Amino acid sequence: MRPASTDRFPLARTAALQYVLRLADNALILGQRNAEWCGHGPVLEEDIALANISLDLIGQARLLYSRAGALEGELTGQAPQEDDYAYWRDEREFRNWTLLELPHSGPLAGPARTGRDYAVTIARNFLYSALMVELWTRLQASSDAGLAAIAAKSLNEARYHLHHAGGWMVRLGDGTELSHQRMQRAVDHLLPYMNECFEADAVEQEAAAQGVGVLAADVRAAWDATVDATLAEATLQRPAPTGFRSTGKHGVHSEHMSYLLGEMQGLARAYPGASW
Amino acid sequence: MQRKEWPLWEVFVRSKQGLEHKHCGSLHAADAQQALHMARDVYTRRQEGVSIWVVPSAAITASAPEEKHELFDPMADKIYRHPTFYQLPDEVNHM
Repeated sequence: MRPASTDRFPLARTAALQYVLRLADNALILGQRNAEWCGHGPVLEEDIALANISLDLIGQARLLYSRAGALEGELTGQAPQEDDYAYWRDEREFRNWTLLELPHSGPLAGPARTGRDYAVTIARNFLYSALMVELWTRLQASSDAGLAAIAAKSLNEARYHLHHAGGWMVRLGDGTELSHQRMQRAVDHLLPYMNECFEADAVEQEAAAQGVGVLAADVRAAWDATVDATLAEATLQRPAPTGFRSTGKHGVHSEHMSYLLGEMQGLARAYPGASW
Repeated sequence: MQRKEWPLWEVFVRSKQGLEHKHCGSLHAADAQQALHMARDVYTRRQEGVSIWVVPSAAITASAPEEKHELFDPMADKIYRHPTFYQLPDEVNHM
């Protein structure tokens, strides 16, 4: 059920596994957040669009967890299943960026259900997809064949997510005064969480050195160009850079993560081994 | 309070095997690009197609159901308008 720790192995042997798990956790957690709009979308077409995006992300997570299971099997002889990673790891074992676990509301909101703000959803999807388009493009050349194949498939999906979110950034940013304010607040709130993505740690350095992974810092310029172009068209300002660093990829999450996991994992944990 | 609804668009999708775009439904969108994206999200979830047209519903002029009889019934008794009505002589029968 619960994947065992691989801490006893040296980094050189676990870097690929950890790198893939981070991508998987990112996709799963953002998929979970986007799915929260299902049935509650602002208009019917957006309800379906977000559900589609969520399904794309969960599909990516499934492929990545499968790949991770295979890698872990080579290491320990025990290959965990997708569900083991998704439902049976605890908060500290999830290595997604903090950006993705945040609720759809501004910085001073309480629990996840109050005051969902569509601007936050869109801004987050935009910032993430803009980065993933660059990363997936380069990951198609990963030395891990499984990851390269997943990258090729995910790239198309990420491109669409970027078009979807980018279109809304412009429509809301360059919209009414209210939509402009809310979109600006969302950008101000979320942009500092991107700092975490671009600071490479030992796992990323090792994965990149092995040719398995790509350093986000290497695609920073392309990401900045995309973001700046869209913000300009949306008549939005880019907030001044800060030293804020979130720490989700180290397993140290925000106060929102445990609620998210409680909802996501609760059913599976209440009925272990159950099948649909 | 007056509600401002987005304009209505009719969606036509052409499948991979098809030659023509078929009407498959409608949706509300603010502009043409958005209508296209929404049509992709709403009407091509199960690989229905490879090409989408969206047309503002206001641009479509349709025949009135009440006029159905006067518009289309007169064709029923004019079978000489079909090529199959004519018997071709053997010498030219391979058209």
